[in-house]
Amino acid sequence: MRGADYVAKRLAFAVLTVFIAVTINFALFRLAPGSAVTNLARVPHATPETRLAIKRQFGLDKSKLAQYGIYLKQLVHGNLGVSFANSQPVRDNLRTALINTIPMVFLGTLFAIVLGTLTGILAAWRRGTVAEGATVTTALGFYSMPTHWLGLMLVILFAGVLPTGGMSNEFLIDPPFWTHVKDLAEHIALPSLTLGLVLYGEYTLIVRSAMLETLGEDYILTARAKGLQPWAILRRHALRNAMLPITTLVALSLGYIVAGAILIETVFSWPGIGRAVYDAVLQRDYPMLQGAFLLLTVSVVLFNLIADLLYFKLDPRITE
Amino acid sequence: MSVALREPGAVIELEPIRTRRGVVWQTIRRRPSAAVGAVLLLLVLLAALLAPVLAPYDLHKQAGPVFGHPSWSHPLGLDDGGIDMVTLLMWGARISLVVGFAATFVSMVIGGAVGVAAGYFGGKVDTVLMRITDYFLVIPDVPLMIVVAAIWGPSLFHIVIVIGILLWTSTARVIRAQVKSVRERVYVKRARALGAGHARIVFRHVLPQVAPLLIANTVLTIAVAIFDETALSFLGLGDPSRISLGKVIENAFQRAAISTGAWWAIIPPGALVALIILSCSLVGGAIEDALNPRLRVAHLSARSFRLRPLVGRSSDSL
Repeated sequence: MRGADYVAKRLAFAVLTVFIAVTINFALFRLAPGSAVTNLARVPHATPETRLAIKRQFGLDKSKLAQYGIYLKQLVHGNLGVSFANSQPVRDNLRTALINTIPMVFLGTLFAIVLGTLTGILAAWRRGTVAEGATVTTALGFYSMPTHWLGLMLVILFAGVLPTGGMSNEFLIDPPFWTHVKDLAEHIALPSLTLGLVLYGEYTLIVRSAMLETLGEDYILTARAKGLQPWAILRRHALRNAMLPITTLVALSLGYIVAGAILIETVFSWPGIGRAVYDAVLQRDYPMLQGAFLLLTVSVVLFNLIADLLYFKLDPRITE
Repeated sequence: MSVALREPGAVIELEPIRTRRGVVWQTIRRRPSAAVGAVLLLLVLLAALLAPVLAPYDLHKQAGPVFGHPSWSHPLGLDDGGIDMVTLLMWGARISLVVGFAATFVSMVIGGAVGVAAGYFGGKVDTVLMRITDYFLVIPDVPLMIVVAAIWGPSLFHIVIVIGILLWTSTARVIRAQVKSVRERVYVKRARALGAGHARIVFRHVLPQVAPLLIANTVLTIAVAIFDETALSFLGLGDPSRISLGKVIENAFQRAAISTGAWWAIIPPGALVALIILSCSLVGGAIEDALNPRLRVAHLSARSFRLRPLVGRSSDSL
């Protein structure tokens, strides 16, 4: 039975990584400068009694090890603490934010995958032509731009044409269904486009190198020698094999996209997970920051696992 | 990037590379874009280094109206404090480059040490070190950077350390692979037989062989570090007392350069960052290619390929 072993290994790695991330998460916030009470409870000049009361309330009078135990136990129960900023459970805040982030990220990624794959294949297939030069230069250009700056450029370009902030027009009260859809679509356009453009640059370069590598293989030469049509070679021989690294890399990148949305959501005031991180930083809302960090780590680990399994499924040569 | 028009099978005239100068020359001939990148990088470096001499105005003195338009005396206009943009860019590039180089130095020291130790000693040391590297690869850097920077408080030193301790993984992997192959070469074995200690072998025989690759990796890491600094600054985690390019973008954004219509305060700093990153990618990629054409291939295997799109670019995704 090929695979059971491999899958088990990957799963164990993922679980262990999450555990380490949780531990880092716990330790990091205990290393914050200043005493935990003055910092976390925001009481600069409290009497010793108040401090003790707060310490008790937050369980900080216990030993570090006991605190760690409590933290793990609460985490297993899905309790991520309470936000300093709005006194809501962190879990609920994060859920709302995640629901807002997903459509924006999905649209942008879709745009990038479609465009990036097409231009990447074009660049590899037309190697050495002006088309390749232009494609690669454009992709490298977008790849090099700071994400938030690209967002700001789009704001300058589209100011007045498309809304540049928020998720919906707040002055539309109980709009008809289609007006509401149109409004949402207009708001999602710019953040998604920013994400799409940055990712597109990266995907083009990935697809191009994957394709170039495949095109250099002996079986392509054989196919050519057999006199197959270029289109058939491209589709059946080159693309199929190049899809292997491409699929894995795209799956891998998905995990980082959520983290990457921090800059875009800050520029466009998109009320998603990235914006939540930004606000938490500004307000020194540690529980929120801690929860968000955990969520982002878990998402990366999860997509890494998916990439591993996908790679394994697609490439029968792996028997590790 | 223009690639010479050649049939894949026609590249037979293999020129033997004898000297280091030969490598440089060949790289430039094969990839002229790398030369362009190198020249641009050099220009930015010079402008940043000579900022105290070349900068046309005082960095801390108002030189004209707030968000003043570009004119002959201020080719790129003025920022929200009435400071000349050209002056600001030169000093900003200075700080950005300092962060880039310093953070890269930190990551080179860690990554180099881990890579050499893992590759040279092999066995258990290798297993343990590579496991640790694997974990660092999976943990998302940018959120971790944000968390650490937020907890430690904003300062240039913290930013350098934070970026440095999170960027070393790709260096470690590249160096380890190289050291492993160098270790088995005959002259290393001979040196060992002659009684050379570990330190001598590593510093005299292994490191010189690995150095060129380390340089390529350094150039790519500098780009990532500068990118990360720009991102952290934008999120308000930069050093408030030092103006980097990231800080210039952040200031312009926070102080409504866009709604004022002052495009000159926001386009040039970002374009400069993009230019630096682009040049570094071109140069680093070309050196890597010239040294080891197989490397590109290795980078496409899923386990070693590292992606950090949007914030913090992977240094080895090119």
